[in-house]
Amino acid sequence: MRLRSTSPHGATRLSTVTLAALCVIALSACGARVDAGSPGASSSAESCVDTSGDTVKIGFLNSLSGTMAISEQTVHDSLQLAAQEINADGGVLGKQLEIVSEDGQSEPTVFAEKAGKLITSDCVAAVFGGWTSASRKAMLPVFEAQDSLLFYPVQYEGLESSPNIFYTGATTNQQIVPALDYLAEQGTKSLFLVGSDYVFPRTANKIINAYAEAHDIEIVGEEYAPLGHTDFSTIVNKVKSADADAVFNTLNGDSNVAFFKEYNNAGISAHDMPVVSVSIAEEEVGGIGVENIEGQLTAWNYYQTVDSPANSAFVEAFKAEYGEDRPTSDPMEAAYTSLYLWKAMVEKAESFDVDDVTAAADGVTFDAPEGEVVVNGDNHHIAKTALIGKIGADGLIHTEWSSQEPIEPDPFLEGYDWADGLS
Amino acid sequence: MDIIAQLFAGLSLGSVLLLAALGLSLTFGQMGVINMAHGEFMMAGAYTAFVVQGVIGDAGISLLVALPLGFLVGGLLGLLLEATLIHRMYRRPLDTLLVTWGVALVLQQVARDVFGAPNVDVRAPAWLSGAVEIGGLALPRTRLFILALAIVCVVALALALRATPLGRRIRAVVQNRDLAEASGISSRGTDRVTFFVGSGLAGIAGVALTLLGSIGPTLGTSYIVDAFLVVVAGGIGQIKGTVIAATALGLMQAFFEYSTTASVAKVLVFVAIVAFLQLRPQGLVSVRTRSLA
Repeated sequence: MRLRSTSPHGATRLSTVTLAALCVIALSACGARVDAGSPGASSSAESCVDTSGDTVKIGFLNSLSGTMAISEQTVHDSLQLAAQEINADGGVLGKQLEIVSEDGQSEPTVFAEKAGKLITSDCVAAVFGGWTSASRKAMLPVFEAQDSLLFYPVQYEGLESSPNIFYTGATTNQQIVPALDYLAEQGTKSLFLVGSDYVFPRTANKIINAYAEAHDIEIVGEEYAPLGHTDFSTIVNKVKSADADAVFNTLNGDSNVAFFKEYNNAGISAHDMPVVSVSIAEEEVGGIGVENIEGQLTAWNYYQTVDSPANSAFVEAFKAEYGEDRPTSDPMEAAYTSLYLWKAMVEKAESFDVDDVTAAADGVTFDAPEGEVVVNGDNHHIAKTALIGKIGADGLIHTEWSSQEPIEPDPFLEGYDWADGLS
Repeated sequence: MDIIAQLFAGLSLGSVLLLAALGLSLTFGQMGVINMAHGEFMMAGAYTAFVVQGVIGDAGISLLVALPLGFLVGGLLGLLLEATLIHRMYRRPLDTLLVTWGVALVLQQVARDVFGAPNVDVRAPAWLSGAVEIGGLALPRTRLFILALAIVCVVALALALRATPLGRRIRAVVQNRDLAEASGISSRGTDRVTFFVGSGLAGIAGVALTLLGSIGPTLGTSYIVDAFLVVVAGGIGQIKGTVIAATALGLMQAFFEYSTTASVAKVLVFVAIVAFLQLRPQGLVSVRTRSLA
């Protein structure tokens, strides 16, 4: 073959082989097929949770391998911390928590399978985990069919409300809408939207467009980059020539690194055209390089720098457990909070039964590191305070603006006139 | 002015593709080895830059030190791979593909275990930050640097192939292995050196990419597909073809992306490559030999 490769004929064959191989590799990345509710969908929803002993089982379902492991490992760590604290403090209704951990492997299908396993064969009282919207959408039918509980700890695109899921991350009106309110308050008249090409950025930008139209803000550009896109010179050129007042960034993952390096190299400063990001937390700042992103803005509900006794205790406990160099971020805090919220619901209901717990959920509060949060019994989201932060030279994010009080969750944006027709 | 800005963006993207593909055009093109671990050699180069910066501190000096060191690290990894695995399967390209892909996954995991899963940061030196203003046009210094680096690499490689005894041996082996062996050239030794140089170029590309993108265990996977496309479209084993193909793909991506969107541009570029290979399966430039195989 090596001799043939020099002749045109051999070259053709070799190229064909290579191209075929590349196609397989490229396709394997998007081959997640989800069989809705397949694991045990036919069995009855009779719960097998055993609460007769001194312990009660709960499940943690995070990706500990695959591309999402970087992010989900941090959530797993803070869930473990919460469980340790609760156990040290006497457990839930006097029962120690027994953790069953499963690896979602960054694959929605695996999440659905493992969720089924946790519910029907481990008989856990509740499951905590999930990160991507695809993983949540894959698990949703499983939890509904089995009438079991999932606590989902990440901000997401809204437009969902399942009786079997509690959403402890922000929905759009607690993150994106406040960020827009902040920009409008700062006198922003034009916006450029940059995002990765998948469901969250597209939905978020639909909301931003509707908001902009109602609030007299001009959208001067809307650009999407494929996930994993590495070259942002063209997009940054477009941003630069559009000369908007600010950029709204919904890029995900490694693309952020390339985008901010390019942005910086093109000589655009945070002062001239600030970028507001909704997917960059403390964890990501180091990889992008503080020098490339200092002074840019983020929208979340929690930062490591939040000044409260509950947060100092959380940060201190986390660093003591996992190391001084580990930052705490919004999804980690939301996961930590989710376990405590479940505990509070169970104690209010005085029962581990799913129906009793959901019936008792409304109005349950917890003094979380981000501030006090309240569960909304109707849509299963929680009231959260929105925080706009500025990335500092120390690599941490400092609160620049806050919504003052917790914002009631509104996943379908029903309380906003301008959002008519979005959902 | 926008057209000139895009022209520069295209040339710059082309130079990145060229750096990533140049080593591959040696190992894949000249030797016919489908090395899926080429991207991981780039990753090794990028982490070399990270380690060097950690040791030296000064961003400028460490970049200049990391370039040759990255070449060495990439080259030695390549040499190791060639000596342990690839030389056993020169006549089985499909097996090499699978084996080197496995090696790529192993290298990614090694990087994850050694450096951790999150991305690391390599600071760009002060003399490369910001942009050069020419008539209202801002050309990022990092991109100018990479463009220059790509040109230097191509010229150096072309000179080495043309003017050195080693280059003569490589060309002889490529054109007709049996005849070259019959004339007293050690094809085994030549293969090793070719692989060393090809993998070393990947290391240099890795160091350069720290100026533009993320530095993490999966860095290589983002570039390997594009690098193979460049080599295949350019014509296997031809540096001239690789240069033209990289430039053309860079310009196409930049202009398509400017007039449509990044996703559509990617599709259009793929379609263009498929169509082009239908018309010219041997790529842009091909060698004609009189060998029988």
